[in-house]
Amino acid sequence: MSVPGTLDPPRSTAEAGPPAPPRPPVVRAKRLTWRRALRRDWQLYSLALLPLLFFAVFRYLPMIGNVIAFRKFQPGGNPLGEYWVGLRYVEMFLSDSTFWNVFTNTLVLGVLTLVVCFPLPIVLALLFNELSSRRLKRFVQSVSYLPHFLSVVIIAAMVMQLLSVDGTVNQLVRAFGGEPIPFLQQPEWFRTIYVSSEAWQTVGWGTILYLAALTTIDSDLYEAARIDGASRWRQTWHVTLPGIRPTMVTLLILNIGTFMAVGFEKILLLYNPLTYPTGDVISTYLFRMGVLSNSFSYAAAIGLFEAVIGLTLVLTANLIARRAVGTSLW
Amino acid sequence: MTVEGKPLPVVRRRRGLKVTRGYRVFQAVNAVVLTVVVIVTLYPFVNVVARSFSQEAYIRAGQVNLVPRGFNLSTYKLVMADDMFWANYRNTVFYTVVATAVAIVLTTCYAYVLSKKQLRGRSALVGIAVFTMFFSGGLIPNYILVTSLGLKNSVWAIALPNAISVFNLLVMKAFFESMPVELEEAAAVDGLDTYRILWRIVLPLSKAMIATMVLFYAVAFWNSWFSAFLYMDQSDLFPVTVYLRNLIAGATGAGSVGAADADLQTAANIQAVTIVLTVVPILLVYPFVQRYFVSGVMLGAVKG
Repeated sequence: MSVPGTLDPPRSTAEAGPPAPPRPPVVRAKRLTWRRALRRDWQLYSLALLPLLFFAVFRYLPMIGNVIAFRKFQPGGNPLGEYWVGLRYVEMFLSDSTFWNVFTNTLVLGVLTLVVCFPLPIVLALLFNELSSRRLKRFVQSVSYLPHFLSVVIIAAMVMQLLSVDGTVNQLVRAFGGEPIPFLQQPEWFRTIYVSSEAWQTVGWGTILYLAALTTIDSDLYEAARIDGASRWRQTWHVTLPGIRPTMVTLLILNIGTFMAVGFEKILLLYNPLTYPTGDVISTYLFRMGVLSNSFSYAAAIGLFEAVIGLTLVLTANLIARRAVGTSLW
Repeated sequence: MTVEGKPLPVVRRRRGLKVTRGYRVFQAVNAVVLTVVVIVTLYPFVNVVARSFSQEAYIRAGQVNLVPRGFNLSTYKLVMADDMFWANYRNTVFYTVVATAVAIVLTTCYAYVLSKKQLRGRSALVGIAVFTMFFSGGLIPNYILVTSLGLKNSVWAIALPNAISVFNLLVMKAFFESMPVELEEAAAVDGLDTYRILWRIVLPLSKAMIATMVLFYAVAFWNSWFSAFLYMDQSDLFPVTVYLRNLIAGATGAGSVGAADADLQTAANIQAVTIVLTVVPILLVYPFVQRYFVSGVMLGAVKG
């Protein structure tokens, strides 16, 4: 899941525009050439140097590093590969049956996560909002955020303890007369385990932005709705939900963008060869191929494929959202 | 958790509606649902604490749920007597401090620059950062990069590649943008240059924001394990998260926790104890910091 609450950054980009905003600061609106900008703001630019170096080296260089998907790379050799091999690695994974298996798993887990973990915070936020006692509301919220602060290693460890043969879940199974189930060894359980632990961890934190959005809804709207005879349920439907729609759309787009990168770290911690049939996803497969088996170029090709799909999904979702509901990230 | 008995008068006032029967039913259902949410959220914590104080035999028999059975502290003593555990714990503290310091400096500098609306090329600078939220080089090129830069087995492998979180950057940028421009203009008139304005005027006024950012980053670095898992080969360099990871994975990963411990590693309450000890710092600060996190995230959101 994405970090909840990634605002809509680029809008400010647009409003900043190059220089010359025509209205208030008329004095300053004179054409600002680069030379003059540099002379005036060189100290500001100098502050940006180290961060820019960071982005160049640790964000953009790896993007360029993806050329090894098309070049033969040897560990210890040239970081950008030895010679061109064209689409050889792409063809390799397209004809790799494991790849198609992990591709399917990625889609299934991604869709399940989206379907379960996207609406839950909305529902929970609405429920919080209906709590009459402020104290109680604060308490429930605080508790619900808690899992967000845990390391994924801790989450995985807790999941394993709860689901172990002697764990709580199996005690319940036994209490209802069932045979204990080795959940973590059975591929048919992996998706349920992954999605529910994801929900457990993210749902409370996910409500924050919706609660913030709820406070911004104009109370006159409720009054007007009431005068029109709207029941509480109708008020929710016609006032509250439209009020938080921009937040919903923004978060949906962001979730769709991280869709392909489904919880890599958690899966890596939770899966095992027995659960590969449902648990292995693109990112874990490329981790094994690249880092563990040293097939760097092959893994890079898969990674690039995954990243391109992710980018395409965000762009498409953003476009659709802008056309359909007029809210978008940029 | 006495949800049901909560006052109705408040309800009556809300939205000026008289309380209908249906709404009261809804309130009761709501209370029940939220109680369940609270229980489900807290149960794993209680369970792991109970296990950590129990005797292995009771755990194996599946008899430990909410209350420890066969109370003992011996596992705590055992884990705490493990030099590797403490070495890794110290590593976690060290990595967190260094990485957070680097991250704060870089993020603050860039966020401040981005908050200056009159700056030429600002939109490009924002774009450079934001684009990386949607497209990244991926695991393999990053791995090759960090390896070829020779950062393996050093704190820099953790600190540098994650030095700026774009999300935090945008939250901070929004904060700086919300500061009154007049203050800085006045300082400029008084002859302060940009560095001094930042250092003497802006930063002292941003203590709360910076504290929030320190928390954001510190929690993230405290919890992180994957960078260390990838780039550290020696077990005495691991953070405690990797120590725990190796416990739950039966020490099959990179590096090994030492063969002598092998039979201990599967022990359920060693795991439980390690979990508890790793979580304790977070749980201790949680009540105090939670509020900052929430307002930090909201700040980013409301700005829109």
